[in-house]
Amino acid sequence: MVNILYFASLRETFGQAQEQVPAHFRTVGELIHQLAERGDQWRQHLIDNTSIQVAVNQDIANRETPIKAGDEVAFFPPVTGG
Amino acid sequence: MRSRFFRLLLGVKMAYQVNPFVRVQTQDFDLTTEINALRQAHADVGAVVSFVGTVRDINEGDDVQQLELEHYPGMTEKALENIRQQAHQRWALESSLIIHRIGKMQPKDQIVLVAVASRHRENAFHAAHFIMDYLKTNAPFWKKEWTPDGERWVDARLSDTQAMQRWLQD
Repeated sequence: MVNILYFASLRETFGQAQEQVPAHFRTVGELIHQLAERGDQWRQHLIDNTSIQVAVNQDIANRETPIKAGDEVAFFPPVTGG
Repeated sequence: MRSRFFRLLLGVKMAYQVNPFVRVQTQDFDLTTEINALRQAHADVGAVVSFVGTVRDINEGDDVQQLELEHYPGMTEKALENIRQQAHQRWALESSLIIHRIGKMQPKDQIVLVAVASRHRENAFHAAHFIMDYLKTNAPFWKKEWTPDGERWVDARLSDTQAMQRWLQD
């Protein structure tokens, strides 16, 4: 399983902070496409919105970053701290 | 029974072995206390530069009544320590500290503290500026603000990205 986290506006849009999905994908890009099949809202926020950032095991990642079972993948909008 | 108790104690101790130079906390901080602690072990320090970020009561032309800061526990601390390490590699620093608050805050509250101590002022000025610019664009915090029209997530600013990118050219 892969642990997926959503933060800030994405957490509110998807109505969940966290979920576990079977690791039936090899990269971040493949995971995004699997999630986007859930519907328009998912596609809009994970594919059409190119500013969305992703981290794998708490390091900034990109679409090509590999994912394996047990990894933590986080999706979030651009950061606004400070 | 006894060893289980000690294992539990050890677990609690490990969980609290946090990096004293990177703190993410709900409570407020006291600038004087923090700077005194930072200088304590370094008699060769000749310069301390600190930056305190505070909550403004206006943003994008609207009144802001309250702010809430969300973060990514674990990654936040890792990202802040990484920024701190980069500053130490780039300039000769004796010590540095980053405190960032989370949760709900009101206008005029303190949000963030960056303090840097070095032998001479030049390094401390540069490093404090660098740490703040990188924190703004690389540390996973998100602000939500309450205005008379309701609540909204704060948009990232292009000017913050540009401020960070200046350091890539030097």
